[in-house]
Amino acid sequence: MTKHHVKMTVNGEDRDILVEPRELLIHTLRDQLDLKGPHVGCETSHCGACTVDLDGKSVKACTMFTVQAAGKDITTIEGLGNPDALHVLQESFREHHGLQCGYCTPGMITRAHRLLQENPNPTEEDVRFGLSGNLCRCTGYQNIVKSVLAAASELNAAKEAAQ
Amino acid sequence: MKDEVTRDERVANLKGMGCARKRVEDARFTQGKGNYIDDINLPGMLHGDFVRSPYAHARVKSINIDAAMALPGVVAVLTAKDLEPLSLHWMPTLAGDKQMVLADGKVLFQGQEVAFVVAKDRYIAADAVELVEVEYEELPVIVDPFKSLQSDVVLREDLEPGADGAHGPRKHPNHIFLWEVGDKSATEAVLDEADVVAEEMVYYHRTHPCPLEPCGSVASMDKVNGKLTLYGTFQAPHVVRTVASLLSGIEEHNIRVVSPDIGGGFGNKVGVYPGYVCSIVASIVTGVPVKWIEDRMDNLMSTAFARDYHMHGKISATKEGKITGLWCHTTADHGAFDACADPTKYPAGFMSICTGSYDIPVAYLGVDGVYTNKAPGGVAYRCSFRVTEAAYFIERMIEVLAIELNMDAAELRRINFIKKEQFPYNSALGWEYDSGDYHTAWDKALEAVDYKGLRAEQTERLEAFKRGETRKLMGIGLTFFTEIVGAGPVKNCDILGMGMFDSCEIRIHPTGSAIARLGTISQGQGHATTFAQILASEIGIPADSITIEEGDTDTAPYGLGTYGSRSTPVAGAATALAGRKIRAKAQMIAAYLLEVHDDDVEFDVDRFVVKGAPERFKTMKEIAYASYNQAIPGVEPGLEAVSYYDPPNMTYPFGAYICVMDVDVDTGTADIRQFYALDDCGTRINPMVIEGQVHGGLTEALAIAMGQEIAYDEMGNHKTSTLMDFFIPTAWETPHYTTDHTVTPSPHHPIGAKGVGESPNVGGVPAFSNAVHDAFRPFGLRQSHMPHDHWRIWKIANGLGLHD
Repeated sequence: MTKHHVKMTVNGEDRDILVEPRELLIHTLRDQLDLKGPHVGCETSHCGACTVDLDGKSVKACTMFTVQAAGKDITTIEGLGNPDALHVLQESFREHHGLQCGYCTPGMITRAHRLLQENPNPTEEDVRFGLSGNLCRCTGYQNIVKSVLAAASELNAAKEAAQ
Repeated sequence: MKDEVTRDERVANLKGMGCARKRVEDARFTQGKGNYIDDINLPGMLHGDFVRSPYAHARVKSINIDAAMALPGVVAVLTAKDLEPLSLHWMPTLAGDKQMVLADGKVLFQGQEVAFVVAKDRYIAADAVELVEVEYEELPVIVDPFKSLQSDVVLREDLEPGADGAHGPRKHPNHIFLWEVGDKSATEAVLDEADVVAEEMVYYHRTHPCPLEPCGSVASMDKVNGKLTLYGTFQAPHVVRTVASLLSGIEEHNIRVVSPDIGGGFGNKVGVYPGYVCSIVASIVTGVPVKWIEDRMDNLMSTAFARDYHMHGKISATKEGKITGLWCHTTADHGAFDACADPTKYPAGFMSICTGSYDIPVAYLGVDGVYTNKAPGGVAYRCSFRVTEAAYFIERMIEVLAIELNMDAAELRRINFIKKEQFPYNSALGWEYDSGDYHTAWDKALEAVDYKGLRAEQTERLEAFKRGETRKLMGIGLTFFTEIVGAGPVKNCDILGMGMFDSCEIRIHPTGSAIARLGTISQGQGHATTFAQILASEIGIPADSITIEEGDTDTAPYGLGTYGSRSTPVAGAATALAGRKIRAKAQMIAAYLLEVHDDDVEFDVDRFVVKGAPERFKTMKEIAYASYNQAIPGVEPGLEAVSYYDPPNMTYPFGAYICVMDVDVDTGTADIRQFYALDDCGTRINPMVIEGQVHGGLTEALAIAMGQEIAYDEMGNHKTSTLMDFFIPTAWETPHYTTDHTVTPSPHHPIGAKGVGESPNVGGVPAFSNAVHDAFRPFGLRQSHMPHDHWRIWKIANGLGLHD
């Protein structure tokens, strides 16, 4: 099958990738770019384990072709923070026990990150609705919601302090 | 030496048992640096994928692989014929039956593995699957276990019709076993004479554990050194190694099985699946590593269903409500092969815990296992071997009995609870309950939710409904459950002949940190966090200085793995006892260093002190160093210990759950407005982790009770094979939970812990279901089968004339 060059920005880096037109974005990220944070859980867009940020929107990378991502700016969990400077959400999920097996966590945090951009002052209802595209089998969501709300407060406090 | 740190500070510094220690696993998981099975890529690795049967029952007339093999990038296509010379076309199941690895002459369920394609990447493998031509001849399909036992259609032609099965005589070619416990004639005599008998058929539908990460394996046969390495989603890696050795003929020391991070198990990853076997064979055949990863459809269609128990019950009582007897006959649909994951001697698991939390003088349980054209199983989905079926059964029977007696169901439970002073309690079906204080827990729960107030509100609501002022009924779902976990004593519990002990091996390093390895494997439970806490309290080394490692059979001691809430009751006990061996040796070293007799020093938090002279002490850090650099007469160098723990009994966690919901009779929706969960899991190791487990288990219970189902049509077509059709609650549908606890330690466990991971699923399902039933009780509803999705609730309301 003919391969195509696809240029995109991933976690701030310009990438030029050779892919078959049918290759799914999740496989390009995981197998070609070695970004194994996003996971595959359902292949049907239901579970959200593969969630990445694409041009400022949450996208499920398991049901998008890589060629569709040409020219796009993608952020995965690996681009949100690093061991020396964790993202507030990464800290908050640990602090509030917002994860157990960890399989949904990268997608969940990546989605929560976008949710807090869309709505910096969410209510519990907003968070529950905003995360409803991401499934978790372990936590029952209660501590995930708590983690996201705590992260929102912390981000807002930091913003206020900066002003 | 002057000590400037207070004792309380020293205790806090350990982060030992009882504290809400943050999880050490989270750093890698929150940064996307977990290492799950599909993250493992080895050089030259090939990808395997299955050709699956579109039919539920058919003869395989021919398989043509030519077109598939001609596709560039395809390396091999394996069929049963290729596996037969190795005797690997069938494999033993955990339940004493055997199962086809690849279709041998016929297929018995939709989605069954027919051929295994091996190709250079997963896309080519998927293409090649489409190119394998299989000719089928359809056979009559049986999806109903009751019809199966009447049918002339023989599903398992490989079994000799009249021959005994693994669990005794078979009364029909489609019959697997009859398992009986208790005194049938005495129970029936009591029922015949009883004041009141309630009878009901309680069906616990087929469902699936559906962890977010599906199953998979990577097999790598190193032909130069004769070593097989097998990575996979294994809840019991050591047992997998033994099975792999027995099946392949490769000596066990030449097999290394590794469970990496596991993305949830819930019982799905206990079984041994054809994909694992095929990846091994394919690696042996091709000489390079082979990966097999299920997709979600494969997962829901072929590996590890749970439940599917038709439970016919009779419960008798005096007019005052004192239960006098319990009778249960269960028809268990096991699908095409009996691949139950149960201890060998228990073909229906611990279903015989179905007398629940009640003092029932006489009882009988019979279980008939039956073959049908459905996927093989069933596994214990977040429960200890059919305990959830048992708990659902008794908690429904109690509710039905309450209706029969016209009694309040909370009071009926109270007057029948096993009393605190009756423990250890011998149940009519042969279990010795270790400890419990049910009345205290029940009273606490009822008071916490203001039970009387709720009932008053419910009555008012009913009146308002009757006046036409509301279309919402209120349901109060009560449950009091007793679990049986921590399998189990080697004398009666084994899996494939391996006794169900577990193990821990500890090494203290010279500078006072440590590594402990266990025979279990975490799938999200946080073992690396909590086992270090047990050890910290036992040996006085901070939990932060202890690495916990599991899942690599080359390094970890042999153990039976993690399922059935057995990690804390069994491996947790091994950890504590191995820790005590370390402490015993440390005591000798400390006494030597302090120049006193062994008996003149005592352990205090993180050190040994001279009795009566606390200023004279040696810390565990100092003792660790001394064990490596001092020649101590009569004491071997080093500080290591290993413990293999054979539990004397199971543990019996219990709990009281109350669910309050508003049910809309017109839309069939159920709004869960309150859920209170009181758990007694004995000694609590990490309250934060316990609470997380309870939230998660309740949500899995919510799924099962309110919508989740593996459904087939009459042709054996699987109707729920994607997450579009198979219900998993989102954050939006999931209610807020209130958790609470009492503490009744297990008397036989070294630290009194009982295990908690599965309690919320066991107790949660009847709590949700009872709430739905309770809402309709005033209109005459006795029993309606789960899952209580909107459509089924609407049908209840419609059937009761509430739409007229």
